[in-house]
Amino acid sequence: MEVNEVFEKVKNLFVEELGIDAEKVTMEAKLEEDLEIDSLGIVEVVMAFEDEFGIEIDDEELTDVGTVGQAVNLLHSKL
Amino acid sequence: MSKRRVVVTGLGTINPLGNNVEDTWENLVNGVSGIDSITSFDTSNLPVTFAGEVKNFDANEYMGKQHARKLDRSGHLSIYATEEALKDARLDNQERLGPNVGIVFGTGIGGIGATEDAVRTFDERGPSRVNPLAITQLMPNSSTGQVAIKFGIEGPSVTITTACAASANAVGEAKNMIENGIVDIVVTGGTESGTTPMTIAAFAQIRALSTQNDNPKEACKPFDKNRDGFVMGEGSTVLILESEESAKSRDAEIYAYIDGYGSTTDAYHITAPAEGGAGAVKAMEKAIEDAGITPSDIDYINAHGTSTPANDKNETEAIKTVLGEEASEVVISSTKSMTGHLLGGGGAFESMASILSIKHSKVPPTINLNDPDEECDLNYTPNNAVDLSIKTAMSNSFGFGGHNAVLVFKKS
Repeated sequence: MEVNEVFEKVKNLFVEELGIDAEKVTMEAKLEEDLEIDSLGIVEVVMAFEDEFGIEIDDEELTDVGTVGQAVNLLHSKL
Repeated sequence: MSKRRVVVTGLGTINPLGNNVEDTWENLVNGVSGIDSITSFDTSNLPVTFAGEVKNFDANEYMGKQHARKLDRSGHLSIYATEEALKDARLDNQERLGPNVGIVFGTGIGGIGATEDAVRTFDERGPSRVNPLAITQLMPNSSTGQVAIKFGIEGPSVTITTACAASANAVGEAKNMIENGIVDIVVTGGTESGTTPMTIAAFAQIRALSTQNDNPKEACKPFDKNRDGFVMGEGSTVLILESEESAKSRDAEIYAYIDGYGSTTDAYHITAPAEGGAGAVKAMEKAIEDAGITPSDIDYINAHGTSTPANDKNETEAIKTVLGEEASEVVISSTKSMTGHLLGGGGAFESMASILSIKHSKVPPTINLNDPDEECDLNYTPNNAVDLSIKTAMSNSFGFGGHNAVLVFKKS
């Protein structure tokens, strides 16, 4: 799967599942500041990623994930 | 130090009769029932298929999906009612209400719907798929915390869970907080959205619910011979309580004084009222004493009046004990006949109904009261509203657990 395909799937999850405005979801968007995903929300995001991509994500893998782009790259590397 | 007098300066509500104070009052005095067949879930395997549901309210539309999905429905209703009440009190012009404002909220069963969803997910998909927001939605203080966050309430916050007396206790404790000078303003009231397949089943198991599925609008008939249980309801009602001096200093409109609060416990049985409503009697007496009035001063009683055989009989007896000969004179009604039982949100709703009765000099009726029970032989304002100049109104609330909370409101 190409990076841009992963991005489109991630964007769709954020918009459809979490109710985030579509125009806010860019590769550069910061999860906490721009998308208002707090520490509870990030757990939901991970669950949604796991279900959508059929993978498992450990908490440690999330340490450096602060933007949508970083999340997309992490997911891309695991597929 | 003498106690400070407490006034009501704002009201907000969302309930089976309306999504604002005006519509609710109009439906109350017109004897409209807000009870109907349940639309929010499939009732085909349930012994009871009707309830009082909030209508025409879409939380996603109201607060946006990203925010709405973090809260249980009881939280959505709480924020909506609080926003209405703050607007009404003209306290909606500040970013944060700050440290001089407290919050005391009541609920019977908190986010029970979220609890059920989480258990279902756990059973079907395992622990790693349980909603990470489950705890923050199901905890009974969820609404209190969410309302405080939304409106920046930084004073004391308390959540009261005394079942069907919860929001009456909340209003009473809020009054104490202001009287004692802890803060000048308290956002108080309660919320409930506990109508779920499981709660319907469980209340039905203890024969607490009316089972008149064929005729939902006429099922709730407090004080009638053919009453057969209460009807589940949902909603949130919020009152802004304020010290009289604070209200006057900002030229706020004053709805009424809240002068009396009586709180007692039956310590008798977890669901059945004490014989003759002994605990209820003491709560009414305490509230009357606190208000500095005599029983004969009471013009209107908004009864607990659940439409269960035990409550209505015992409450009648209790009113007779407290009022003596005056009992046959006093005007009583049960607005639950129209809303159903709002459980932890009931006391706040009925406080609002009492206050509006004072304001409009009108008593909403007890609907569906066609065949009076000989053991319930007082004036319950059957079926039609009556005009009445009211100086003093009393509101009764009693809860499973044996909790009794009574409030006295006076014309301003």
